[in-house]
Formats: sequence, C-alpha cells, structure tokens
Amino acid sequence: MSGFLDRMLGRVRLGGWLAVAAPVLAVVFAVLITSVVLLIAGKEPVEAFTTLADYGTQPRSMVMTLNTGVMYYISALAVAVGFRMNLFNIGVDGQYRLAAVVAAAVGGAAVVPGVLNIVLVVVSAVVVGALWAAIAGLLRVYRGVSEVISTIMLNAIATGLGSWLVSEHFGVLTGNDLGTRPIPDDAHMPGIPLIAGTPVLVNGFIVVAVLLGVAYWVVLTRTRFGFELRATGKSESAAVASGVSVKKMIVVTMVMSGAIAGLIGMPELLGASYKYSNNFPTDLGFTGIAIALLGRNSPVGMAIGALLWSFLYNSSNQLQLLDIPKEIVQIMQGVVVLSVIIAYELVHRYRMVAEQRRVGRQLAAPAEPPKAEAAV
Amino acid sequence: MKILYGMQRPDEGEIRVDGSPVSFHTPADAISAGIGMVHQHFMLADNLTVLENVVLGSEPRRGGLALDFAAARRKIKEISDAYGLGVRPDVPVEELGVGDRQRVEILKVLYRGARILILDEPTAVLVPHEVDELFDNLRGLVREGLTILFISHKLDEVLRVADAITVIRRGTTVATVDPEGVTSRKLAELMVGSELPSPETRESTVTDVVALSVRDLTVRTGDGRTVVENVSFDIRKGEVLGIAGVEGNGQAELVEAIMGMRPCEVAALTLGDADISHWSTLRRRAGGIGYIPEDRHRHGLLLESPLWENRILGHQTRRPNVRGPWIDRAGARADTQRIVEDYDVRTPGIDVDAAALSGGNQQKLIVGREMSGDPVLLIASHPTRGVDIGAQAAIWDHLRTARAAGLAVLLISADLDELIGLSDTLKVILRGRIVADVDPANVTPEQLGSAMTGAGEGV
Repeated sequence: MSGFLDRMLGRVRLGGWLAVAAPVLAVVFAVLITSVVLLIAGKEPVEAFTTLADYGTQPRSMVMTLNTGVMYYISALAVAVGFRMNLFNIGVDGQYRLAAVVAAAVGGAAVVPGVLNIVLVVVSAVVVGALWAAIAGLLRVYRGVSEVISTIMLNAIATGLGSWLVSEHFGVLTGNDLGTRPIPDDAHMPGIPLIAGTPVLVNGFIVVAVLLGVAYWVVLTRTRFGFELRATGKSESAAVASGVSVKKMIVVTMVMSGAIAGLIGMPELLGASYKYSNNFPTDLGFTGIAIALLGRNSPVGMAIGALLWSFLYNSSNQLQLLDIPKEIVQIMQGVVVLSVIIAYELVHRYRMVAEQRRVGRQLAAPAEPPKAEAAV
Repeated sequence: MKILYGMQRPDEGEIRVDGSPVSFHTPADAISAGIGMVHQHFMLADNLTVLENVVLGSEPRRGGLALDFAAARRKIKEISDAYGLGVRPDVPVEELGVGDRQRVEILKVLYRGARILILDEPTAVLVPHEVDELFDNLRGLVREGLTILFISHKLDEVLRVADAITVIRRGTTVATVDPEGVTSRKLAELMVGSELPSPETRESTVTDVVALSVRDLTVRTGDGRTVVENVSFDIRKGEVLGIAGVEGNGQAELVEAIMGMRPCEVAALTLGDADISHWSTLRRRAGGIGYIPEDRHRHGLLLESPLWENRILGHQTRRPNVRGPWIDRAGARADTQRIVEDYDVRTPGIDVDAAALSGGNQQKLIVGREMSGDPVLLIASHPTRGVDIGAQAAIWDHLRTARAAGLAVLLISADLDELIGLSDTLKVILRGRIVADVDPANVTPEQLGSAMTGAGEGV
C-alpha cells in the first residue's frame, strides 16, 4: 500500500474526473477561507476578488502572469522530477540562483556573439545547476546523507557563494546596483507578441517551458528510464528486486532536477534583466515545491498551478488600492496547497475502495452465467 | 491473530470473551475487552525510560494536564511485583537486553488492563536461558488467572509451556490436543499434514546439464553476522531443488545473494557457462533468471500501478516491453493480456491496479511474468504462500510443466508438502548452513520437520 507521502507527492495516479475535481474544490475552499479572513478584517471579499479578476484579465497583466508563470513552471518541473522517485530536492532554490550567477557572468563576458551566446549562457546554467545538485545526490549515495538536509544546507552555501562571486569577481557597479556585466543586446531572448492590446511581450522562454513540459511527460511515461524512475518512487524494494540500480537513479535524477533548476533563472536573465544583481527574483525554488504539490507532478496540472500562482502574485499589489494588505494572497496560496493535499487524499481513498469493489463485483457477477467468465 | 487484536475484520464467525460476543473495529476495542498483544518485533522507543514507554498512549493525568508519573511508577511496581517480572521503571530501554525488553512489552500490555495476552512468536528473538525465564514469567501470569495465547512453530516450546494446543494449518484448525497426551512427532504430523500434493509427477526430468552452480556462498550482514555460510549446490536443467528450513535460517539472504540484490562472498557462481558473480541484478535477470519473490508486495509488484506496468517490472530491458529506450506500450499490454489468459489471472482488465487483485491472482500474474522470456532458472520463494487452493494447484502445474520443459527451479518454501511433492532434490538449511541432503522420494514430512529444527539426526 502507498503511504500518505506517496499520495501527497503524486506518485500514485488518480484517474478520471476525480483528478480534476480535487484541485477545483481546493481552490473553491481556499476562496471561502480567504473570504472569511477578509470579513474578519472588516473588508469586502466580493470586491477584493472582483478587483483581482478585473486586473488579472487585462492584457498587460496576462502577459505578466505568463512571464512569471514560465519561471514557476520550470521550477515546479525541477522539483517534480525528484518527487516522482521519492527525492526531495529542496535545493532547487540554491541551484537556480548559483546557475544564474555563473551564467550571467558567462553571458556578460560575451565570448561568442549573438545566438551562440544565448546557447552558451543556457548551457552553463544547466551545467552549474546539475553539478550543484549532484553534490547532494553523491552525498546521499555514498554517505547516506538525506538529500533534504544536504540541499537545504547547499542553499545557504549557494547564497554565500553567489554573493561572493558577484562582489569579488563578476560584479560591476552601475549606480548603486552591484551586478554582473550586462549581457550584450545581440544575445537577448526575443519576446513574442502573444497577447494583443499591449506592447509588453511574452518571454521567449515560454516555448522552452512548453517543450520541457512535453519532454518531462515523454521521458517519464514513455521511456524505460522513466519507468525505472517511477518504479523506484513507488516501491524501492520492488525496484531493487527488478534490477534497477537505485544509487544510479538517485544521482541521475538529482542531476536532472538540478539541470532543469538551472533553467529557472533564464527567462529573467535572457529576457528581462540581462544581468544578475540584488534584484534577481528569489525563492522561486520554494514556489516550485508548492506548485508541484498542487499539480501533483502532472505537466498540465503544474502548468495550471503555475499560472494560478503567478496570477495571484501579480495581482496582489492591486489589493492595496482597496486598503487590503497584499499578504492576503499568501494566505490564499497556503490554503490552496493544504486543501489540495487533503482533497487528493480523500479522493484517493474513495477511488481505492471503489476500484476494489468494482473488481470484486465484476468477478462475482459472471459466476452465474459461466460463459461470461471466459470473456473476462 | 490480527482479527483477535482488532487489526482486521472477520468475514464471518464471532469472537466471545468470557462468554459474551464481542466485535473489534480497532486494536483499542480489543484492549478495552482485555486482550493485549505482544508483538514479535518490539515496539518500544529506545531513548525513553521503561516507565515512559509503558505509559505512552495511556498516560495517567493529574489535574487534566500534568502527567502523574508517581502514580504510574506505583502501578508499574505493583504489576511487576505481582507477576514477578522484575522490571525497573526508570532505566532507559536502550540499556536493556532482549529478554528485559520483552518483559517491558508484556508489562505494557498488563498496564492497560489486559487479561488475555497474545504472544506472537515470543521466543524467536531469545536465547535459550531467556526462553526459560520467559516461560517462568508466563507460568506466573497464568497462576494469577491470566489467559495466554502462545503462537509458535517450535514444537518443544509449545509442549513445555501450553496447557492446550490448537494446530492451525493453512488457516484452518486441524486439531486441538492435550500436551500431556501428544508427542512432538505427532504434533509435527498434524502441523504438516500427511497428504502429499497430487497429482505427483515422479518421472524425473532431470538432465545432466547444470543450469546454476553455487560454490561456497557466504553472506554477512552489515553488523558482521554470518547469515549464510559456505552454501554450495548445483541445479540441473529440468530439476527442482528444494531448500527446506524454518524461516529465518538464511533462505531469504541466499536468494537475494543469488539475485545480486545483496553482497556476498562466493567462490563460484555460474549460470550455464557464464560467471555471473559480478553481474548486476538486471543482467542476471536478463541472463535468464526468473524470480518469484517471497514478499510479493514488497518485491514483486507496484501495487498502485496497472497490471500492464507490472508486467514490465523486472523485464524492463526486454521485448515485448521495450523497444530500445522506449516503453512499448502496445507490446507490453498485449503480453499482459496473454499472461492474464494463460495463467488465469481473474481481473476485469489489464488497466486495474495490482492492489485490486486478490493475493492468488497477484501471484499468478507474477508467475506468468517470470515464466515469460524463456528463463533458464526460476527462483521461487514461497510461490504459493497466502494464495487460495485453486491458485496453488495452478501454480504447481505451471512449475511442473516448466520443469518438464527443462527449467531449473530453486524452490524455497515453508510448506513441506509442497517441497516434498515438487522437489527432485532437497536440502535442509539451518542457521545459514546446508545441514542435510534429503531424498524427497523417501522422506516423510515428520523426518523433514525434525531435520529442519535440528532436532533430528540429519536423516
């Protein structure tokens, strides 16, 4: 039998309409809870949600939702790869930030021109993320260190290492802002005019994010590697008995997770800020954990979760116009995650019981007309 | 046992305690009816004291919040003295030996007011003098009017300690006997039954070609204990080699060593002509070793994956399941359908989760899977454990058919009928060593049983 944790991390599949019903119910529940909080604070919930919705549907905000969502989605993918085989890569945060620092410095040095520079930046980010995550994987395999502990500590080290690299080696002072040398104009990722009615462009990395999502799905469900990864996540003992080298899988999965994590900062670096400085977005790795839970590691589920999160994040400032603190959005995000976990658990129990009953019924029924049994 | 302790619900029948029928939904119900269970594996927190372990979960309260340790200590003292358990309440459990820990477990149960104690294989972890002490304690408890249900497969112990013996075989009560009027030999007969599986195929299919050769295989655990020692044997094509032994005498470790799941020292390990001692588990499997694991839930199945994914498990490098690095869904599904039909796996379809099938049908699926891909050697650990009689007969038939077709089989089982009926050669394992070779054609279950416990003269 699967444990609660297996189900929470989506290693157990949910079928049919229930898989959709659970998150929808969770969001509805979160809206209710948030409304109660707003009422207690003496604010008007309907007005607050109308404001959020109005703002969120304007073309400019939609582009912003997409752009932040792209980073959230890549982060969720990085986390989900680990979740699928029981690895908690809490270190996605440190991996993407360190990768972004190094990649920004590489890009700023402009050793190769144009598109080649974009490729070089992306590749260096992927490599740095992968190597940084590999440390945790190797520690787990050879020294039995829990990857939860090691990745959390590596996050702290990455923060220190990143600031040191920027201040001592890569940094240039522009006004008051210490950051890496800006990546030259010819190596900027072009935006896409996806949404009409606004001059703001959708980040070109949306294409990369979609491709990554597809690749994630193909690798996990259609390849032998993905099968072994999922088998290890579902039952390590069964995987060992089936000849899966769990040690190898741990290292490879950590490396994959880190490689994807390396890409998280790329939309920002190559499509918006063009350098790594103090303003570079932080905590995206932790957001990824929440979204992976919300989307149950499914590529489509996580995409929806990333957009929801991004929408809430981008619209929260609007609430201040109504004199509502924007932190109310964080309450809502937290409640969504908690209630979605509970909802999935309830749905899962219901489904298991239902399936066992169904199998029992289908096998019992043909006992009377023996011909039908052959059809089974 | 699980039903008596409220961990599982009976399908039918009733339980009466002191003459009144009861029904248990949870262990808490059983405890409140005065039934307590001492588990085979101790459930104690090492870093807490005896006192803290005993009261854990039923702490005496003072004024609603504070813990009343003084009252608890008094009560523990009383119980300990009344039954002569000699438990010291303030010692941390980590400082106690196995025998003491067991007494703490018993005290824990008594503390909760149990009048009926279930002891599940209590002597499995004890050395002989600790067993004597335990039996003294048990007699003390009985003198004070408690009832004890003592579960064991060690016959001499049962005879020594019990006032009445009930023999259960494959889930049915075989007999209830008085220990005064029964010998160890008679008890063994009742335990293993005398009828052999039928139809028995005695015409030998053993060839001269050695399929698996094992020389001086030794397995040590992480803490240096030797659990398998210098085991050597050959299995030829068409031969079933049975390993008889009381569980926990190294069978599981031997199998895992041959499968490459556990490190071992071995002088030679060859499959056909190939030296496989350095092969990975996957390579051994692909090289033609089929594996029916002892614990199908832990090692044989992904319970919450559909049947067709379970078909791939352990065969994820071979056709029809994969094509290069890609999973061949159509191929795997078609072959799962074939297994379901050929091996009579009762299921509404191949898309249901393995967990939804009954134990017998899960096992038939595993047998079917491990028989596919023309294995050279099949390792069958307790292949019919926990399956219904119909599935058992079917699995035996498949094993016989495969043996006739030249498959070499390593059979490990606790079911002596199964071992004697299917094996061409029988070896007895005791404390990790092969202690006897037995001719299955001439041996009786009783002789085999005594060889397994080390009581007999080795046949």
